[in-house]
This record gives sequence, C-alpha cells and structure tokens, in this order.
Amino acid sequence: MHAIEIKGLTKSYPVGFWKKRLRPALQGLTLEVDRGETFGFLGPNGAGKTTTLKILMGIIFPTAGSATILGKDFLDPEIKKKVGFLPEQPYFYDYLSASELLAYYAELSGVPRSERNRRIGPVLERVGLGDVGNKQLRKFSKGMLQRVGIAQAIIHDPEVVFLDEPMSGLDPLGRHEVRTLIQGLKDEGKTIFFSTHILADAEALCDRVAVIHKGELRGIGVVNDLRSSVGGQSEVIWEGTQAEGDIKGLLVESHVAGQTLRATVNSTDLDRLLEKLRQQRLRLVSVTPLHGTLEDYFLAKTAEKKTTEKEAVPS
Amino acid sequence: MTSRLSAITLNTFREAVRDRVLYNLILFVLLLVASAPLFGQISIDLERLILVNVGLSSISLFGVIIAIFVGIGLVSKEIEKKTLYTILSRPVRRWEFIVGKYCGLLLTLVVNTALMTVGFYIALLVSAHHLHSTDFHLLVAIYFIVLQFMMMIALTLLFSSFSSPIFSTIFAFALFVIGTFAEDLKNFAALSEGIVKWLTTVASYVVPNFASLNVITQAAHDQTVGRGLILHNTLYAILYSAAVTAGAVLIFERRNLK
Repeated sequence: MHAIEIKGLTKSYPVGFWKKRLRPALQGLTLEVDRGETFGFLGPNGAGKTTTLKILMGIIFPTAGSATILGKDFLDPEIKKKVGFLPEQPYFYDYLSASELLAYYAELSGVPRSERNRRIGPVLERVGLGDVGNKQLRKFSKGMLQRVGIAQAIIHDPEVVFLDEPMSGLDPLGRHEVRTLIQGLKDEGKTIFFSTHILADAEALCDRVAVIHKGELRGIGVVNDLRSSVGGQSEVIWEGTQAEGDIKGLLVESHVAGQTLRATVNSTDLDRLLEKLRQQRLRLVSVTPLHGTLEDYFLAKTAEKKTTEKEAVPS
Repeated sequence: MTSRLSAITLNTFREAVRDRVLYNLILFVLLLVASAPLFGQISIDLERLILVNVGLSSISLFGVIIAIFVGIGLVSKEIEKKTLYTILSRPVRRWEFIVGKYCGLLLTLVVNTALMTVGFYIALLVSAHHLHSTDFHLLVAIYFIVLQFMMMIALTLLFSSFSSPIFSTIFAFALFVIGTFAEDLKNFAALSEGIVKWLTTVASYVVPNFASLNVITQAAHDQTVGRGLILHNTLYAILYSAAVTAGAVLIFERRNLK
C-alpha cells in the first residue's frame, strides 16, 4: 500500500466576469508516494503545487480524480489524525502563545490531554523554540513562525507530513534549520511530501521528485536517475594518445593521461563514438555517465512543452 | 467530536477576550454613570424607568454590535488569514468548525451580558437603595435579549460563510432593522393582496422576528411576561438559529477556500 496515491486529480477554476471559462490549475495528476519516502514536488510558481496540497488537505475540492492517503480516501476526516500539514507562509492565531497553539492543534487532532502536555515541550525544543513557548505569536519573527508551523504539523506525531514550500522566505540559516528538521523526520521513517521550487533542498533531501508545470506532471523519478537522464554527457576512457579524424569531431573535450585518452561526449554521440572505437580496434577502458543537476532536469522539463508547442506551430 | 467542538468554542471565546471585545463593558459602565446626574432631578419612578430602558437597551445594542462585528469575521477572517488551512487539515469536520465558532461567540455574548447584568443591578441598587422582587422580572427581558443574540450570531455566521465582511455587515444590519419591525411587516402582509401579500407573508416568516423578543418597555413598567411567550420565543429562537446555522454549514461544506 502506498502512503499517498493520486489518480487523475484535476482542478479547474471558472474565470471571467460575464462569460465564465474554466481555467485548469491541475490536469489529471497521477502519482504515488511510498511509505517512508521523502518526495519532492517541484515546479515553478503557479505550477499547481499548492493546488494539489490544498486538495489533499480538503481545503478545496477537485473537479475530477481521486486520492488516498494511507489507503483511505483523502477526505476521510479520520485519516487526518495521521497527517500533518504546513501551509505556505503560515499565519497562526497571534493572540495565542506557541504552547497554547500547539495544545489547541493537538486537541483538534485527537491527542489526549495527558499526552498533549507531555508532547508540547519536546516538540518546541525540537524546533528550537523551547525558551519562547509562552510568548505570544504576534511577537515572533517569520523564521520563528515557520518553526511553529513545523511544530504544529508534527505535534500529533503524524505518519505522513505535507509541507508546502517549507523553506520559502527564510534566510540561509533558517533554511538550514528547516532542512535539518525535515531530515530528522525522514530519519524517523515518516513519509514526507514537500513542495518547493528551491531545487537544492529537493536534491539534498528527496528520495524521489516529481516536476509539475502548468498543472501537468512533466516527470517523476529517483533524483539520481533524473539527473543522469539530463546530464546528457558521458566520460569515455580508452587506450590511446590522440583523438583523430571522425572521433575528434564527436568529442566535447578530451585530455591525454599517460597511455589513455579521457574524453567527454554528448549522450547522443556516445553510440557513434563506441562504434568508431570498435572499428579502429581501440581498447575501451570505461564509460561513465556524467550526472546533470536536478536543475538541469527541472529546466528541461519545464521548457519541454514550450519547445513542443513551438514545433507544432505550422510555419 | 465534543472535544473538537469545545476546543473551537473556547478558542473563539479566548480570541474575543484577548482582542479586547469585553472592553465594551467599560463603555457600558460609563454610559450608566454618565446618565446618573439625570436621575437626581427626576422622581424615583421615572428614574427607575429611564435606568431600565437605558440599561436594557444598552445591553441589547452592545451585544448586537458585537454579534455583527465579531460574527462577520468568524469565518471570513480565518479564510483570509489562512488559519483555516491548519484546522481543516485535521480531523475537524466543516460543520464542527461552524458550530464551534457559533458556540464560541454565543459564550462570549453570554459572559458579556452576564457581566452587564451584574452592573445593571448594581446601578438599580445604587439608585433605589434596595432591590424589589419585581426587579428580577427584568431577567426575562435580558433572557430575550440573549435569544436575540442567538439569532443574530447565526445570521452573521451565514453571511460570513459566503460573503465579504463589508456585505456581511450590511446584510446583518439590514436584517436586524427589518427584524425589529417584523410585526409591522406581518400587519402589512395581512392588509395586502395578491402577489404583494404573498411576498410580504414569506418575508415576514423569513426575517427574524426581533419585535416579539423586545419586552424592554413591558419590563420597565413592571409588566410580567407570560410563560407562553417565554416558551414560544425560546423555541422560535432555537429553531430559527438552528435553521440559519444549518444553512451556513451547507454553504461552507461546499465552499472552495481559495
């Protein structure tokens, strides 16, 4: 059983004052997240990340499609006892102190009173707010509020945690702290689904990522696989001291190291290069795919449709 | 369910208290104190009459203003500030949120009214140097004022569940004024004919009948209120509030919270 299973999730909003048209915000999103997995949901601003999370949290309703969390319908209130959620740029009741807020949310999540009082202190300590638990939230900085946001998302010890842009608007130190907190949750075996457009965070934390753009899923997979799929280059080493003729034309760059030649070649030219090496009876030492960054993959996937659309336009 | 409802109720009450809603009590006391110099210049009976009218009308007016201005923000403010996101992502049913908010504001107004009532009786005691048994008949008028609050909160909550705060305020005030003259609307319906009769009859049943809940004048003249009217008004206020709150729930259950 998957921790999260989304099937054909679609959301359209009516736009226009007089003549209403439907503007799709999410188009047939289908994906699964395994238990214990840290899943990054990537996309530029307005891609449909927050829309997806709002649907899963029951804040808005889908136009079509379905989803399950831990095997139960996502709208089943009981499943939400096992779910934590941090909204994007969270705002909390600023007349409450951090401890009062956590007590309130724990009660709403069905945590028994005795357990509530036992949990609040350690959770505040964990997010680095142990010494300001009795301070009203209106006196908190943005970074502190983000940490309160994470605290409220985990106060009831959920199995699945949804985080919407958890590092958004934080300074480098704040981002590092939040990243450490997420890593801690990951180490505890929690399933984490977090949306972000900060690719370095996704690269550092996620087991798998999905790229969404204009409401459509553009790619999904293990971070390393995705990086290598767009790395687009391989390092080829063979015995020799000089690249000549046809071979030279295929290489991006090459260096001689003793009796071997170390060259970089575009993946599209790799087969041709290997064929040439075989024909010239040159001894192959190794072929290593060079990984691109997640950013390369992200840029490739978000630009993909644009290129396809341009190609489709008749000249 | 009970735990979630009570949590939302108490949090709504706490918000009202911490946002200094109960500061209106100071204004109420000031109003009673400010009207005191008037009393020295008139007869004892008239003094009591004015005090009862000023006191009970103030309790009603302050309460209605709180019901409207706090009520319109009960849902819309939570949507606007997105605090609702962290509520609905928990095992909280949407109806529990609405009913919890309703109970929270009602609790606020009951506490507010109770404190005002204490102040009002102290003023009565100070002006007449003792309390008559008939003075406690005034509690019925105060009870009716609380019933009025029950209905006003339900109405503002209904408007708050689908409309902007400005429109909610306009709708709520308009209905409060129309409801105050509900009996006149009924009389007009009785005298009308055709489509006008039909429309005014429907309107007279839809708008809240605050007229029958206003017994301040009777109370000021020591006229007792019959048990029949107490029972009738109690049932009416409960059913009307329940129906309007159910309407708010129905709207809110289907609403996409952008």
